[in-house]
Amino acid sequence: MNDAISVTGLIKTFGSTKALNGLTLSVRTGEVHGFLGPNGAGKTTTIRVLLGLLRADSGTVSLLGGDPWRDAVRLHRRLAYVPGDVNLWPNLTGGEAIDLFGDLRGGLDLARRAELVDRFQLDPTKRCRTYSKGNRQKVALVAAFASDVELFVLDEPTSGLDPLMEAAFQQTVREVRGQGATVLLSSHIFAEVEALCDRVSIIREGATVESGTLAELRHLTRTSVAVEANGPITGLAGLPGVHDLVADGSRTRFDVDAAELPSVLRHLGKFEVRAMTSHPPTLEELFMRHYGQKAAS
Amino acid sequence: MTAGAWRLVRLALRRDRVRLPIWILVAMAVTAAGVAAVVDEFPDEASRAEALQGAATSPAVLLMRGVPVGTSLGAVVNFRNLASLLVLAALLSTFAVVRHTRQNEETGRAELVGAGSVGRYAGLIAALVVACGASLVLGLAITLTLLGSGLPAAGSLAFGTACALTGMAFAGIAAVSAQLFTGARAANACAAALVGVAYLVRGIGDALGEVTPDGVTTAWPSWLSPIGWGMLARPYGEERWWVLVLPVLLLAACVAGAFALAGRRDLGGGLIPDRPGPATGSLHGPLGLAWRLNRGLVYGWVIGAAVAGAGIGSLGATVRDAMTANAGAVKVINQLAGGAGGQLVDVFFAAMMNVFGVLAASFAVQALLRLRAEEAGGPGEAVLATAVGRSRWVAAHLACAAGGAAAVLLAAGVAMGLADAAAGGEEGVLTMAGAGLAQLPAALTLAGFVVLVFGALPRFAVALAWAGLVATIVWGMFGDMLGLPDAVRDLSPFSHVPAVPAVAATPGPILALVGVAAALAVGGMALFRHRDLAP
Repeated sequence: MNDAISVTGLIKTFGSTKALNGLTLSVRTGEVHGFLGPNGAGKTTTIRVLLGLLRADSGTVSLLGGDPWRDAVRLHRRLAYVPGDVNLWPNLTGGEAIDLFGDLRGGLDLARRAELVDRFQLDPTKRCRTYSKGNRQKVALVAAFASDVELFVLDEPTSGLDPLMEAAFQQTVREVRGQGATVLLSSHIFAEVEALCDRVSIIREGATVESGTLAELRHLTRTSVAVEANGPITGLAGLPGVHDLVADGSRTRFDVDAAELPSVLRHLGKFEVRAMTSHPPTLEELFMRHYGQKAAS
Repeated sequence: MTAGAWRLVRLALRRDRVRLPIWILVAMAVTAAGVAAVVDEFPDEASRAEALQGAATSPAVLLMRGVPVGTSLGAVVNFRNLASLLVLAALLSTFAVVRHTRQNEETGRAELVGAGSVGRYAGLIAALVVACGASLVLGLAITLTLLGSGLPAAGSLAFGTACALTGMAFAGIAAVSAQLFTGARAANACAAALVGVAYLVRGIGDALGEVTPDGVTTAWPSWLSPIGWGMLARPYGEERWWVLVLPVLLLAACVAGAFALAGRRDLGGGLIPDRPGPATGSLHGPLGLAWRLNRGLVYGWVIGAAVAGAGIGSLGATVRDAMTANAGAVKVINQLAGGAGGQLVDVFFAAMMNVFGVLAASFAVQALLRLRAEEAGGPGEAVLATAVGRSRWVAAHLACAAGGAAAVLLAAGVAMGLADAAAGGEEGVLTMAGAGLAQLPAALTLAGFVVLVFGALPRFAVALAWAGLVATIVWGMFGDMLGLPDAVRDLSPFSHVPAVPAVAATPGPILALVGVAAALAVGGMALFRHRDLAP
């Protein structure tokens, strides 16, 4: 199957600032793809290029098999976009704005619209100027998900939502994925990305530093282990692949490289282990590692 | 309650460090050009007396210019420039106050600032300080310009003071307006409409003035208008200083009112609470959206044009009676009409229609700048991410601007024709409607220019669009008076529109202007299609 989005060597400069510096991104058709990076890394710029709102300086960009700059209108019929900063018309009601976006995109599923308004607990009779950030976001989400499209481009869509609405959002993303749609999800919320995304791309300073499934990314990294035994566990410090060892009497915590996990487990077998927990690195830890800082150790 | 005001003043001055000096420089340039034109055209007392004698008997001239206060050089400068400078001062402070109060609230900046150690009233105080300070500097700059041209000190001081205090009075009016409306556009529109009303009320008072051998005495309506007060101070003609207390009193009353209102309402709220609206929408396509965004503006302008048109139409009969072979009035009116000959009353109506042409162009500029507002920090990005092409989006707004401009001109023409007929005139409603529409191509040219600058230089589009309009007005309408060469005058579309009903409409210039307008718009759309969105 073709990729829904395929970007290679994308460069975009604003004056003397290089916003995107050879970015690569590939989103497979039918997957939910997490798009991660710190503020200013170039996520929104990438999305604007994908929507044909900005023109790439160089590099190849293909979206749903077309050129987003040249074929913008034709491609936009097949996608829905939720901006990170939702601006609406102050004197229109939320309901009017939803229907307007649907109309401009080429149609709205009315039953789906009603279901989503209900699910997101949005009052569509209020004027947009009276909405909070979260409610403006809901307007954009309902307008997007009530459209029958192949691709959803979501730029930090849940930054203003409460946990209940976050759950509603995750349910909705799973539904559209189940129907075969592709989702590009730029997000800062790691739990959300871990819960939803099939694959993840991490970008930094306008270039992709990591891309793959969560399992693949984890494979390259360490597992955190906490062990409680009848006595102190000795000899760990000398083993290859063990990091950040903290021994506190009978309790020991450390990280271990995935490749060295078998030998470490064999070593632990020599002691009277009472309890042991281990967990794969969280996305947050992966993310932090890429930005030169340790996650809370 | 007032903590932090001084810091907000500095912030406002920082934001306005280009804008306010430009306003003030324009005022100085208009003043200097006015003096130079009077010196050039009417070098001696006798020529000035003759011109003013004629002008004084024409209600139309009095409506636009005010009453003459004497025959000295300064008095003619007053007659020629004071009214427009008072309007300029009023608009300067109106926009400044709304920019630093309601606009900050609407954009959420005030919330961010208000959460700091900043009092509830600090924003309002800062806006008033900046607007009043700018008015004072404006007045001082005008006074110095006049003194520099060698005019008498007392009159120059009265002239500048009138401008300064009128600006301050409208700062107060705008401060109240900013409390009433939740949107900055609405607050600006209300305050700017009051500037227009003040100008018109003063005009009616002056036009109804009694002609005596010594000059014209102003009728009572002028005393109701803050712009009228500035003129009633009579710079260069036995100055009446005490009148200038009136704008100060108005400022004090408005400031008290604004503070009372500000203390009573929530941040971001207005006096009229929002009511629930429809849960589903019926807007279709980019045109439906553009019309929804512009319709309030269109209604306001059409109603305003109809009222003003009716007022001017009703003067037709008076003009017929008054302008009996009066050389001075004929000269002034002819200049206003761009030198066209013909029946005097026809020339009068043609000149007035030219004013409506400029107003229609102002409407078109205002309506089309909505494009930029939608693009910069508005929902434009989300709209262009739907299946709406960029050209279609611009075309929808252009259609609203063009249709609205046509409606404004039609309303003015029909109202003028009806009022003229009611007063016993014989121009005919159809003729006047046609005279209105004859101005449309010039307004469309301005619309095309706005699309061009929007496509080419989005970040400067607002400044360039208004600068283009002002340049057009100065070149096209006052070019003769300012003594500009024909080549420069011809750059203005308004110097090419046929002066209907004084002369018959010819298709040549109309088609040429429409062609230029279309070329500008198409060029602007092409440039917009090929540039990045500039939020």
